[in-house]
Amino acid sequence: MTASPFPILIIVVPLISAFLIILLGWLKKNLCYPFMVAALAVSALSSLAILQEVIHHGILHYHLGNWDPPWGIEYVIDPLNAFVLVIVSVISLLIAIASKKMVEREFPHKVVFFYCLFLLQVTGLLGIVVTGDVFNLYVFLEIASLAGYALIAIGEDGAPFASFNYMIYGTIGACFYLLSVGYLYIVTGSLNMADLSRLLPDLYSSKVVLMAFAFFVVGVAIKMALFPLHVWLPDAYTYAPSSVTSLVAPLTTKVGAYVLIRIMYTVFEPNFSKVAIPAATILSWVAFFAILFGCILALGQKDLKRMLVYVLIAEVGYIALGVGLGNRNGLTGAILHIMNDALMMACLFLIVGAITYKGWPRQIDRFIGLHKKMPVTMAAFVISALSVIGIPPACGFFSKWYLVLGAIDAKQWLFVAVLLVSSLLNAILFFRVIERAYFEPGANERNVQPVKNKAKFIWDEAPLSMLIPTVLLAAGILSVGLLSGTIISEVIQFALPASF
Amino acid sequence: MMIGFYAMIGKNNLVKKLIGMNIFQTSIILFFISTGSKKGATIPIVADGHGVVHRTIEAIQYMNPLPHVLMLTAIVVMVSTFGVALALLLMIYRRYQTLEEDEILALRRK
Repeated sequence: MTASPFPILIIVVPLISAFLIILLGWLKKNLCYPFMVAALAVSALSSLAILQEVIHHGILHYHLGNWDPPWGIEYVIDPLNAFVLVIVSVISLLIAIASKKMVEREFPHKVVFFYCLFLLQVTGLLGIVVTGDVFNLYVFLEIASLAGYALIAIGEDGAPFASFNYMIYGTIGACFYLLSVGYLYIVTGSLNMADLSRLLPDLYSSKVVLMAFAFFVVGVAIKMALFPLHVWLPDAYTYAPSSVTSLVAPLTTKVGAYVLIRIMYTVFEPNFSKVAIPAATILSWVAFFAILFGCILALGQKDLKRMLVYVLIAEVGYIALGVGLGNRNGLTGAILHIMNDALMMACLFLIVGAITYKGWPRQIDRFIGLHKKMPVTMAAFVISALSVIGIPPACGFFSKWYLVLGAIDAKQWLFVAVLLVSSLLNAILFFRVIERAYFEPGANERNVQPVKNKAKFIWDEAPLSMLIPTVLLAAGILSVGLLSGTIISEVIQFALPASF
Repeated sequence: MMIGFYAMIGKNNLVKKLIGMNIFQTSIILFFISTGSKKGATIPIVADGHGVVHRTIEAIQYMNPLPHVLMLTAIVVMVSTFGVALALLLMIYRRYQTLEEDEILALRRK
């Protein structure tokens, strides 16, 4: 079998370059940054190539070391993987480009190690997505998390403590996952996802399988910070350096959501997850509270970054809700929202990074007149804010639309209500910021006449290397919104499990 | 397993939490290893396998080696987690001069 080399390239290139970067750092520090961008560009390009190939030729298999599937580790890429792969690799490339200035400002002497960890983190995330083996998934999960702990700990004052808490929770999550892998291995004797899904249906009545499923869902829910298990997230992401938050926040939770979809609907059959035990129903109720509490807690925050973190929790709730609804529209919405949310959150956190880079405080009530200083950044902020609220041309609208449709299909009117209410709450949240930045006249500018004001347009933008990714992401939000019909019919439709 | 889990959640001292984490992980490793064992089986090495005409190997005579292999990887993961955790604790201690969770929280609030 002539396998396409892309599935392995996408992992190996960032992994190896992570270690080469340390060597390069000894020789010449300036080379590290272009080297990292090149490595990530390779994996982004190969992920696009994979997407093309999967769309045209169907599912890709790559057997590591030429061992055949149930024994060897296999990388399987179907439309769902390919889709998530493109999201992860492209966004991490953009963030990598943007991170240069932030890193050099925030911790100049640790640049080399930062890039190394950054690449390891991306490797872990990509590996989680690409693999078709449950134990291999655990290993990649830990690579990603370990790099994440270290990256977060670089940050400001509270960071090491927050990171330690994250680590305790993350390890509990990972251990639960490992335990469930153990249970599955006991009853089936296999670790391959395709093999498992073939063997499991006969065993659905077994208590061990139920245990495995329960441990699995709780473990992944901790990793993706679903509401009652989100305690580690706000501190960890708030205190992390902004370059790290903009990588970790949009991607880690999304990859967790991907794992949830993968196991609930590929390894286990949808019927099992929905009918045999009411897991899906419980999940959607949990998501219900996640959305509500995420939004309400966000309302109480004065710090922009912290507010966004709570919005993120609510967004994770949306995805979990779509997964929990478990019908065609709901799941389409969830998968689409994985992409949209990754774009929006990456954009928003980059903007926070840009604002702090320019020396502004993160307190929302001190943003007065910000749009005059940083017009482009604030325009991008408005676009992504509109998208989070869910206003049509931006992409957030479409995934919410599908989620609402899914909730209507499931005849769960409360879920419809919570989706709409959370949109309103988001609107309040973001318009509070926009109002401060755009409409409230600055205290010292009140005396200046309006005509003169235009001449005094002080251009104090973030550096280009941060501005371009931000603008690209904002443009991405709009274009994905406009193209969402095509994306659904070309990719997501095939990504759904066959029984829908 | 429960001991470790309790220590991770209930203990106030961060080092104790870390030890709890270790107990938890070790217990999972033992759990995996136990799944591989069989009564009356020996280590999975075919003694005269090399160069001899291929014989049928009776799987019941050998323990399942796969969980051991998996746990080797898990041990590596565990050790590296432990290392990162210790480094973090060091950073925390340098900053706050204490490792009790409530004292750190009190310091942070100031």
